[in-house]
Amino acid sequence: MGFCATNDLYGELVRKVLNMKIELPQVGESVTEGVIGKWLKEVGDRVEKYDPLVEVVTDKVNMEMPSPVSGELTSILVSEGKTVLMGAVIAEIAVDGDDEHATDALKEPIPDTLEPSQADRIGTLLKDVSPVGPTGSGGHISEGPVVQRYSPAVSRLAAEHGIDLSRITGTGMGGRVTRNDVMAVVGSQVESDPTSTGVSETDNVEVVPLTPIRRTIAENMIRSATQIPQAWTMMEVDVTNLVNLREKFRLEFKRTHGVNLTYMPFTLQAVAASLKDHPGVNSSWGNNSIILKHRINIGVAVASDAGLVVPVIHDTDLLDVAGLAVAVDDLARRVRDGKLSLSDVQDSTFTINNTGVFGSVIGKPLINPPEAAIMNTEAVIKRPVVIDDEIVVRSIMNLCLTFDHRVLDGAEAGAFLKSVKSRLESIDSDNIV
Amino acid sequence: MREEMSRDDRVFVMGEDIGARGGVFLATDGFYEHFGEERVIDTPLAESSIAGIALGAAMNGLRPIAEIEFADFIYPTFNQIIGEAARVRYGSKGSLSVPMVIRAPYGGGVRGGLYHSQSVETFFAHTPGLKVVAPATPYDAKGLLKSSIRDEDPVIFLEHKRTYRLVQGEVPDHEYLVTLGKADVKMEGDDVTVFTYGLMLHHCLEAARQVAREGISVEIVDLRSIRPLDNETILSSAKKTGKVLIVHEDTKALGVGAEVSAIISEQAFEHLDSPIKRVTGPEVPAMPFSPSLEDVFMPDSDRIVTAIQELAVY
Repeated sequence: MGFCATNDLYGELVRKVLNMKIELPQVGESVTEGVIGKWLKEVGDRVEKYDPLVEVVTDKVNMEMPSPVSGELTSILVSEGKTVLMGAVIAEIAVDGDDEHATDALKEPIPDTLEPSQADRIGTLLKDVSPVGPTGSGGHISEGPVVQRYSPAVSRLAAEHGIDLSRITGTGMGGRVTRNDVMAVVGSQVESDPTSTGVSETDNVEVVPLTPIRRTIAENMIRSATQIPQAWTMMEVDVTNLVNLREKFRLEFKRTHGVNLTYMPFTLQAVAASLKDHPGVNSSWGNNSIILKHRINIGVAVASDAGLVVPVIHDTDLLDVAGLAVAVDDLARRVRDGKLSLSDVQDSTFTINNTGVFGSVIGKPLINPPEAAIMNTEAVIKRPVVIDDEIVVRSIMNLCLTFDHRVLDGAEAGAFLKSVKSRLESIDSDNIV
Repeated sequence: MREEMSRDDRVFVMGEDIGARGGVFLATDGFYEHFGEERVIDTPLAESSIAGIALGAAMNGLRPIAEIEFADFIYPTFNQIIGEAARVRYGSKGSLSVPMVIRAPYGGGVRGGLYHSQSVETFFAHTPGLKVVAPATPYDAKGLLKSSIRDEDPVIFLEHKRTYRLVQGEVPDHEYLVTLGKADVKMEGDDVTVFTYGLMLHHCLEAARQVAREGISVEIVDLRSIRPLDNETILSSAKKTGKVLIVHEDTKALGVGAEVSAIISEQAFEHLDSPIKRVTGPEVPAMPFSPSLEDVFMPDSDRIVTAIQELAVY
């Protein structure tokens, strides 16, 4: 009986004293900090496990962080608008005594930093997520984080200049990042920094600080432009049948499915099928290998107020036109509302960029690393074309493809684009398949 | 010394064999004839009394330069120097001072074995109230010695025996002083800083010339003064390169290198880009008598080159 009494006392103790520190969980290894958005609970509020606790804005996505435990929110330690590092303690919750997590936590002191295996016990939002760029990462191909130690000088310089050390290739012993490596990056930043060229606000310019998403886009595009040898090709596609089909079913489709019928789902369907025929296009360069992706996850570039984001339609090949239309509409709306989740921007294997909406007829997109190719769909324009030696008016859309020439040659890239073209041109204007 | 003795009647020299013999290293050659026996005093073979007499003379208005013939025999003077001289100003609330210089040839590389090769700087450098100076070049030796003679407090002036004959350099005839407590950047560089003093400066310069051919740019700082250390120069050079090597002939543990290293890690930690390295004599009680073992004891340019290379690629 003494044992039971001890247990009761133990439970009482837990109910009375356990204040769990709530940390901002690590979401993806390239995400290092987040901005605390709106707190969804107030101090004193009852919080159930998995209840949304606070909005967090990172350079990748905005998310709602669920509570890792049930209890009472006793303090909010980071106010709205503050930027904090992942892993920082942002709140405290007095945990319910009968919560088994709580008793676990009491038995062992909560460490300041979390080992991955402890993370679920202390409260982590998402586990085992792979790194993402702002425009998707293209699947699980990272080789896992390498434990890297930085000298005091390197750490200080990185902090002073806002440099992400994980992006620097070290030239020191064993790949160590040296002070000179950091200074080289600082030097290149200074060259491109308008504030360092003597331009100030008084010189009829406005210097706008970078948002996290802008900085990440910039870094990704530099990586794309400097590390990937990119070749480009373009084909004209006669989409007259598609235009007619859309006109024919537009209103009915809207009634049936509740979303507008655009050309995008047809393009997605044609691209997904063509990627299956040409797996080399649905791949990544892996230094000593080429990594073919079994899943077809097409990212669709969407302009937002914050910048370009590329939400992903996972397993694009498994959806029909109606399903794709609904998926595209859903993603576009969530981009506008800032409600994308991390999984929405992860694991894309190919990107489509609809520059036609801006009126563009030819464009040369930059590859979204580590994908092997990216395709623009340009504006649909009526043009005089020659068919059977007669000049006729047809609706023409240009498809522009940029591809990683390490992975693909012109032959396979051309065959892929030809395949997309054929599929779009052979659409039956009487039936949506 | 000759200039200072001519300039100031209160200055006199004393020590073993310094009179008629002119000093065992001929530092006072001709002094006896020029200044006479009252200002060039041959002493008995008793280091404790040399230091004690100098201490008393200094407290009574004279400016003695006492020579300990070899630094290896300086230990009997500990009581006079550390126990008394270092504390006089402090103990008398500044009303008394000890403007004396103890000159002592020190260091190895001269096949002197256990009793003619030791480095004694840290014993004195540990003691507040003393100044410890160790020049590496003829120019610095003159300027620092003149400053030491004119200093109002006791100075231990250590002259490396090997530099007497090995190192030649221009010494201006005219009057100049080198300020005590100021280090000197003997070579400017960007990649690695080497802090050193005494004979080792010359090995470091040789090593720096070697690695320069590999594109490694070395900054060499001659500490010159071991107490007080020139924190300002030490920190600015350490911050400049972020990589630090300290070279001395004295043994490693609790030596000058340990103090320089501590100053840097206390005050320039965030500028370091590598661990601080030391190249020093080994942890053995004294210089071995065997020439081949002595060569192993003495840090040389090869060891310094290796250490610089390791830091450069770190």
